[in-house]
Amino acid sequence: MNLSKKWLADYVSLNVTDKEFADGMTLSGSKVEGFEAEGSELKNIVVGRIESLERHPDSDHLWVCQVNVGEEENIQIVTGAQNLTVGDYVPVAKHKSVVHGGQKIEKGKLRGVLSNGMLCSVAELGLTVNDFPYAIEDGIFILGEDCDKTPGKDIHEAIGLDDVVTEFEITSNRSDCMCVTGLAREAAATFGSELVIKDPEVKTVGDDVNNYLSVRIENPEKCYRYCGAVVKNVKIEPSPRWLRERLRASGVRPINNIVDITNYVMLEYGQPMHAFDLRYLGGNQVIVRNAKNGEKITTLDGVERQLNENMLVIADANAPVAVAGIMGGEFSGIMDDTTTIVFESACFNGVGVRRTSKALGLRSESSIRYEKELSPEGCLHNIKRALELINILGAGEVVDGIVDCYENKAKKSTVKFDPDWINNFIGINLSADEQKKILEKIEFTVDGDTVTAPYFRNDIEHKADVAEEIARFYGFHNIENRPLSGVANAKLTDYQQFMKKMDFACRASGLDEISTFSFISPKGYDKILLPENSELRKSVVISNPLGEDTSVMRTTPMISMLEVLAKNFKNRNESAALYELATQYVSNGTEELPDENLKICIGMYSNEYDFFVIKGIVEEILGAAGIDDYDIVAETENCSMHPGRTAKLSKNGATFALFGEVHPQVSKNFGISQRVYFAELDMKKLFDMSDKNRQYKPLPKFPAMVRDLAFVCKKSIPVLFLEKAIAKAIGPTLEEITLFDVYTGEQIAQGMKSVAFNIKLRSADRTLTDEEADSSVKKAIEELKKLGVELRS
Amino acid sequence: MKNQLEKIGKDAAEMINSVTSKAELDQARVRFLGKKGELTAVLKMMGKLSAEERPIMGQMANEIRNHIEKTIADAEIKIKEAEMKIKLEKETIDVTMPGKPHKIGHQHPLSIVLDEVKDIFLGMGFDIASGPEVEWDYYNFEALNMAPDHPARDTQDTFYITEKMLLRTQTSPVQIRVMEKQKPPIRIISPGRVYRSDAVDATHSPLFHQIEGLVVDKNITMGDLKGTLEMFAKKLYGDETKIRLRPHHFPFTEPSCEIDVSCFRCGGKGCPMCKGEGFIEILGGGMVHPKVLETCGIDPEEYSGFAFGLGLERLVMFKFNIDDMRLLYENDVRFLEQF
Repeated sequence: MNLSKKWLADYVSLNVTDKEFADGMTLSGSKVEGFEAEGSELKNIVVGRIESLERHPDSDHLWVCQVNVGEEENIQIVTGAQNLTVGDYVPVAKHKSVVHGGQKIEKGKLRGVLSNGMLCSVAELGLTVNDFPYAIEDGIFILGEDCDKTPGKDIHEAIGLDDVVTEFEITSNRSDCMCVTGLAREAAATFGSELVIKDPEVKTVGDDVNNYLSVRIENPEKCYRYCGAVVKNVKIEPSPRWLRERLRASGVRPINNIVDITNYVMLEYGQPMHAFDLRYLGGNQVIVRNAKNGEKITTLDGVERQLNENMLVIADANAPVAVAGIMGGEFSGIMDDTTTIVFESACFNGVGVRRTSKALGLRSESSIRYEKELSPEGCLHNIKRALELINILGAGEVVDGIVDCYENKAKKSTVKFDPDWINNFIGINLSADEQKKILEKIEFTVDGDTVTAPYFRNDIEHKADVAEEIARFYGFHNIENRPLSGVANAKLTDYQQFMKKMDFACRASGLDEISTFSFISPKGYDKILLPENSELRKSVVISNPLGEDTSVMRTTPMISMLEVLAKNFKNRNESAALYELATQYVSNGTEELPDENLKICIGMYSNEYDFFVIKGIVEEILGAAGIDDYDIVAETENCSMHPGRTAKLSKNGATFALFGEVHPQVSKNFGISQRVYFAELDMKKLFDMSDKNRQYKPLPKFPAMVRDLAFVCKKSIPVLFLEKAIAKAIGPTLEEITLFDVYTGEQIAQGMKSVAFNIKLRSADRTLTDEEADSSVKKAIEELKKLGVELRS
Repeated sequence: MKNQLEKIGKDAAEMINSVTSKAELDQARVRFLGKKGELTAVLKMMGKLSAEERPIMGQMANEIRNHIEKTIADAEIKIKEAEMKIKLEKETIDVTMPGKPHKIGHQHPLSIVLDEVKDIFLGMGFDIASGPEVEWDYYNFEALNMAPDHPARDTQDTFYITEKMLLRTQTSPVQIRVMEKQKPPIRIISPGRVYRSDAVDATHSPLFHQIEGLVVDKNITMGDLKGTLEMFAKKLYGDETKIRLRPHHFPFTEPSCEIDVSCFRCGGKGCPMCKGEGFIEILGGGMVHPKVLETCGIDPEEYSGFAFGLGLERLVMFKFNIDDMRLLYENDVRFLEQF
């Protein structure tokens, strides 16, 4: 909402600077986004009178003018404009001036003739021909009778480009502040000034409105009130300068006197208005009704709109002429030959306007006001104001009487007045009288223990709402700060602690943390080669996504991770080792919220990485979680992963982690021409499995015996299988078994491999003898022999 | 014999003082103290001495032996020190050469600041609560005093799953879930991801992070809200920090306010970071609307509360002087490894 300082001054007289005004209004609740003097970029432009015009000696289109700019001597300016005559008054951008757009003007020669500046068009002043309807677009702005024609006069003052515009952000609960008088009321209360709003006085010419117009409201739920008035013998012409100026300052384009009046009243009192040409109101009737399914209307913007029975329209005897509260129909508006008009000042239900506006994808200055719920109480006053302006502008003859359909009177909003509760709630100590005084400043009435809000306030429903009014005029900054009292007894939960630990473990493993979007493109599932019938394709789908790229909630964090790796690869980063604590969203249909599972997701690429690097990281993370007893098996079925280089971890048959090399085709699909490694661990499952009650084991008192053993076995036998067999054979004296070599090649038969272990034996209560160690080793050798694994000789 | 002993003492002292290596010292030890050494040779002649002379000479011989031994021991220490010095000199390296990498991963800037904020609030007695990101309309809007068709819904462009299910636009639904389950006193913050239908640009993202806080107890006033947030601002930006409240409107708080903190770059004088204002807007908040308390089964006549919220991305961008939000989600390692 842009507020004109000149306009505001009609209702309240303030003695503050623009900055003080902005700060004061912000602190009392009307947030100022900024303020600017109109035409502030224009510098050193003055009124000039063309004293003579001569052809440029070397040009067939340039003119050499002598211009009186109020100085002792005329100045010479060369112009290419063709619309000048001697005696015209024009804006002159003198030597060292600035015109609209920041362009600097200096003296110079045009085809050898000195020019001491430039004559300006309306555009060069930052204006349009709507602001000065007698001006032309492609020529110099020749000042009309509504301008000050004193040569040398600063252009801002001369043409009335000297207002200050303050931009407000009006919150959705304060529809009453979306107009000049609403902000004037706030300003008066903020700065302790008096608000002066006069009742409009209308002069009529007799006749009777009922001779011209009948109004019927068919849906009083959606149309609370409809006021109609008629003006005849209308003369359509531009509005006077003062009115155009105010519209311009408010950001509204002046059109003609009648349309300008409707906009003026809307800006002044927040009342959207419409003016119909009576010729196009069939049967001279206004019927406020629901649209019929299939009915159509072409709105003023030239678009044909399909209506339905949930939408409210203004219709004549035949068809809709306006979408109620949103926009008029193509033929409803004012034309140059309009002679009799009907003013509409009505009040429509906010939700209805909002829904219709959304359904049609059509918003207007009118609809954004109505949808915040206006009060019907102002309708009559405001239509009178429009008629008063007809009188002031001499724009036509006002017919006697106003049609006013208003059956269900608006109820006044009353709330209990509870000064003690308010003091306690806000943390202040104001007497009931002091509170009452604040409320009366903004036109609330206090009667005993009841507060009644003024009709234009639709946001007062609870005593907390009254407390806010008190607080904002008392000043939020005046409320005493009080640190919270009571015991601070917060603590991270066990699970939160655990997540923190996992987070640290990831970084300690050398991984950088990333943060990715939770939504992905469903095409991501194709890229990771998920089969058509995969459960993972059943995403939570966003019904109104910004784009396909962000249209479904991910069921796996893998896609986001691969996208980030791909971006790094594309940016020529040689390596990346990344992790994310990422949520995946598993749909449970539309009746239940999805499961949101947190995953530790790891992705990496580099020439130096292989399967065992990521396995090592996974093992370290599990170590940090205190998880050491789990099963590991090769995973050959996961379509996104390399079938020969992927493993999954499980405990009691439930899988909790997967890691390995990403399927080369998947990496290629993401544009990464390098091996990529990926791991995914389920946070909740890790937490459930983690050792939460870790106990100390005494340090060994007796020395360990160490033996190295090498076996020859079929290549296909997993190392883990051998380790388990050895452990089983040796029993509790086995402290640790470490693989230190796997060898295939010369001296080893085809299809076989040599596997070498370092075996550490220890007893907790004595030193083992060599014989005991040898005997343990022998048991292991014999056990493996039974399984067809021979000791390597 | 006395002369002989004195000579041995003198010779030994001379020789030992002039040795420069362990080997030479060993030679000296053998020469004077060895089984076939000079001192032994003299001692072997002790038998020939008279009974009166024997103890005197014996004592003298012992003194000389002790002296020689001590001199050798001292010399040995000196030699070792000298040898160590040489060894260390030989081992000298160029300490300005680069270190061998042992990589520790980097925390994402969003997490760095989130951790900082969490720590501050934990210290002030706020537990950390979380809730679903895919939420019911009820928790995200209705229970927060935003009925269907409430105009304030327009200011939060919402991603819907179904008519009733959506991506939460704020972390406030967590507050409702906590209030439904827990009786006052309540003191929580709820950090998390939120979603709004804003196209990506330097300052907008359809996904961002919020941290909201809620306090409900007896006798909670707006003064508590101010005191708490001022304390938070001081902990985050330093003891000189001031806050400024401006009235605003949120449907779930009444009164509502936007909260600015004095610019931590310029201290409030005005600079490019605060666009000359001296203050930066980082928080919104207010007194929990009594209707919201009531909806959650908390009696607003007995209890009152305040709530606040802040955007994490904004804090992060201010803290690290990041001018484009997209960097946070692109995750280029050259960006990540700066933190």
